[in-house]
Amino acid sequence: MTALPPPVPVARSSYRESNARRRLAGLLDPGSLEDLLGPAERVTSPHLEPFGIPAAFDDGVVVAAGRLDGRAVLAASQEGGFMGGAVGEVHGAKLLGLLRRAERERPAAVLLLVDSGGVRLQEANAGLVAISEVMRGVLAARAAGVPVIALVGGGWGCFGGMGIVARCCDAIVMSEEGRLGLSGPDVIEATCGVEELDASDRGLVWRTYGGKHRYLLGEADRIVEDDVAAFRVAALELLDAPRPLTLEALAREHAHLAARLEAFGASADALDLWRAAGAAEPERLPMLDAATFRGAVEAARRGDR
Amino acid sequence: MLERLAFELECPGDPAPRAAPVVVGVVASGNLEVLVEPAGPPGRVVIEVTTSARGFGEIWDAVLRDFAARHGAGGLRLSVNDAGATPAVVTLRLDQAVEEYLAQPR
Repeated sequence: MTALPPPVPVARSSYRESNARRRLAGLLDPGSLEDLLGPAERVTSPHLEPFGIPAAFDDGVVVAAGRLDGRAVLAASQEGGFMGGAVGEVHGAKLLGLLRRAERERPAAVLLLVDSGGVRLQEANAGLVAISEVMRGVLAARAAGVPVIALVGGGWGCFGGMGIVARCCDAIVMSEEGRLGLSGPDVIEATCGVEELDASDRGLVWRTYGGKHRYLLGEADRIVEDDVAAFRVAALELLDAPRPLTLEALAREHAHLAARLEAFGASADALDLWRAAGAAEPERLPMLDAATFRGAVEAARRGDR
Repeated sequence: MLERLAFELECPGDPAPRAAPVVVGVVASGNLEVLVEPAGPPGRVVIEVTTSARGFGEIWDAVLRDFAARHGAGGLRLSVNDAGATPAVVTLRLDQAVEEYLAQPR
């Protein structure tokens, strides 16, 4: 009988704890990241200095060309550490420029590594215009046959206008740690009261916005561990699975949303919704790792993939 | 509002080789980003700082002189966007920036 080989430590690289540039470098084929408008070009926001806020050399978003399993892709990665990944004029223009380039160059996909609270308030009007242009850019790239895939697993989540942008994409990959929504928990508490949503209740916040809930509802197409390599695998799987962008598909989505509201509109907490959807032992779901969770909710899950 | 500081310091030792620009760090509270480019005069390092914390010029001067004495950074241009990092964080980021610049395949 031969001795067993020593256990090989599993190298896992947290997606959440990483930053925009490292995430993107880890997601793409090694050494393939090629900056477009890199930091040395110093394309920075002109709107921050009057507020006494230092600019970032890439205005909080890395846009790049690269390869995914050898196939050409374009990608953007938002830096949540800089102003919460918020979208200002230059940041938004970089996202839009990338999507327009995709329309011309027809890469295998555009990857949007979202980590953003939405519009940058210091650049409110320019940021709002930029977000709406980015939405149009996503749809135009999709109409040209280029799949656009959103990846959500950063500490700032995907909120405000970027939440809408993500839902305009072909697919969304999330970790449980990632959060997706329109108004974030603090905004809802401030406007509707703590009885509506207690933003300090982390369990409630993640049940409401987190990757598992979004996957169970069918809004996220993949739920993965908080691991850069797991996000890469999921992105690869979705490269050749574009969602149809047709009037019929839109009508189906609307019917699906109406049915969802009918079925779950009365649920006060995600736990009630998971139970109503038919998930066994909903209280256990937040404790499961991604693979076990996928198995546990397979029958209850809404959505088509 | 923002303060801009510029330094040009003697850098003894071997000059840094030419390589692609590198950026490290993030402009977040208590943090900074450092961009390294092969664009300084020979034997000297040029460091430009933009910071939201005004009035710390003397401390920057001390931290950067210490940095220039420890690294073969002659011929480099370092550009810093700072959001109130402490001197220790600045020192670590500068070290990281030069290390990553020099570690690039050539």
